[in-house]
Amino acid sequence: MDKVFTSAEAAIEDIFDGAVIAFSGFFSAGRPLELTKALAKKGAKNLTIVVQQVGTGNEEILELVVNGQVKKAICNYPFPRSATRGLEHSFEQAVRRGEIEMEVYPMGTFAEKLRCAGAGIPAFYTPAGVGTVVGEGKEIRVFNGTEALLETALPVDFAFVHAWKGDKEGNLVYHCTAYNYNNIMAMAGRVTIAELETLVEAGELDSNFIHTPGIFVKRVVETGRPKLEQAIV
Amino acid sequence: MRKVVVPEMPPLEREMIALRIANMLEDGSYVNLGIGIPTLVSNWIEGRDIILQAEIGMLKSGPLAEEDNIEQDRINASCQYVCELPGSSYFGIETSFAMIRGGRMDVAVLGALQVSANGDLAGWNNPARGLGKMGNIGGSMDLAVGAKKVIVAMEHFTTDGEPKIVMECTYPLTAKACVDFIVTNYAVIEVTPKGLVLKEAIPGVTAEDIKKMTAAPLTIAKDFKEMEL
Repeated sequence: MDKVFTSAEAAIEDIFDGAVIAFSGFFSAGRPLELTKALAKKGAKNLTIVVQQVGTGNEEILELVVNGQVKKAICNYPFPRSATRGLEHSFEQAVRRGEIEMEVYPMGTFAEKLRCAGAGIPAFYTPAGVGTVVGEGKEIRVFNGTEALLETALPVDFAFVHAWKGDKEGNLVYHCTAYNYNNIMAMAGRVTIAELETLVEAGELDSNFIHTPGIFVKRVVETGRPKLEQAIV
Repeated sequence: MRKVVVPEMPPLEREMIALRIANMLEDGSYVNLGIGIPTLVSNWIEGRDIILQAEIGMLKSGPLAEEDNIEQDRINASCQYVCELPGSSYFGIETSFAMIRGGRMDVAVLGALQVSANGDLAGWNNPARGLGKMGNIGGSMDLAVGAKKVIVAMEHFTTDGEPKIVMECTYPLTAKACVDFIVTNYAVIEVTPKGLVLKEAIPGVTAEDIKKMTAAPLTIAKDFKEMEL
């Protein structure tokens, strides 16, 4: 099974207006840079983006915002850490003006919503967020004396992921903490597109050390190793 | 909220709050450190048998990397480049939070904007920023409910001089009744079912001073003592 595309542009060509798209990555590690840049170039609109954070070490996502392509954002740590920087931040300002809808979840809930979507579990209960604004309006049940909130799975139309190595059949291996959301987003995507630092033939990866099996991945494209960026401290 | 007269004694530096907390950690513990003062605890545990978890997906997260050993794919949850140690491991965020919610973290050290008399924690959303119900939650809500012990590391007052230990939190909550210990630049306070108990104060500051500086009732511990570092 050959899932190789020759360019990021070709790999994302069928993305439609109104699509729900997950982008992997946590600050500087494990982001699908080239796929995101290609999406900015393509210009699909009214997108719902599912992403850890916007703009803090994630400039490519910010470009989608500046282009007016984003209708809604589902995040965990959306804004710059510094309130002062937030005042100059195009995403935060668009949210403040009500131009972009937002949902924010605790990190573990955000991850579990994606994992469940990939695992065929429509909803789950978690103790995180009980008694906070996150829990407002949500069903609460008590299990073994612990209150827990009902949260639902978050399936996505497309998932953009970044892998250290991958083979032509879509088996993926991640590197260090660039692992982060990649596996669960790959699982949650109806169409998962992986950009690879290195593309290899089937059989060249050690089958004992595959992080995401190829069944979760529809397309792969080799984009090379990203340039080192300074961490955001 | 009332303004208070602060003793002339200089409070602890942030590094020293971190040192006091490092001394509370037991060898053999798995520990998660939040952003801010908590991160500084890592500077005081070299040589200790303490394993740090970074919620981005790393166990046995090492010291900050120097210029010549930076690996661009290896960062902690504060987005700092870190080193690998013998026995380090990497995993996805789903596994990271299975550890956290699943009760595997012996201690979480978290920053806070306010802590209430019954141990409610408010730490993710400062209303002054004007973002309403939106904000940067990060891993704080999961850590607050999942860790076996939650230690708050914070300054005793806001930059405007308001006490951060209050009867009830007025800022949006991270979690209810989750805090076990509060370590500030003036004191160590334990949260017990009977309320807040003052365990230690820095040299030159009395228990009565701390009571005046705290906007929630404090009982003085039987074994109350001067803080040692």
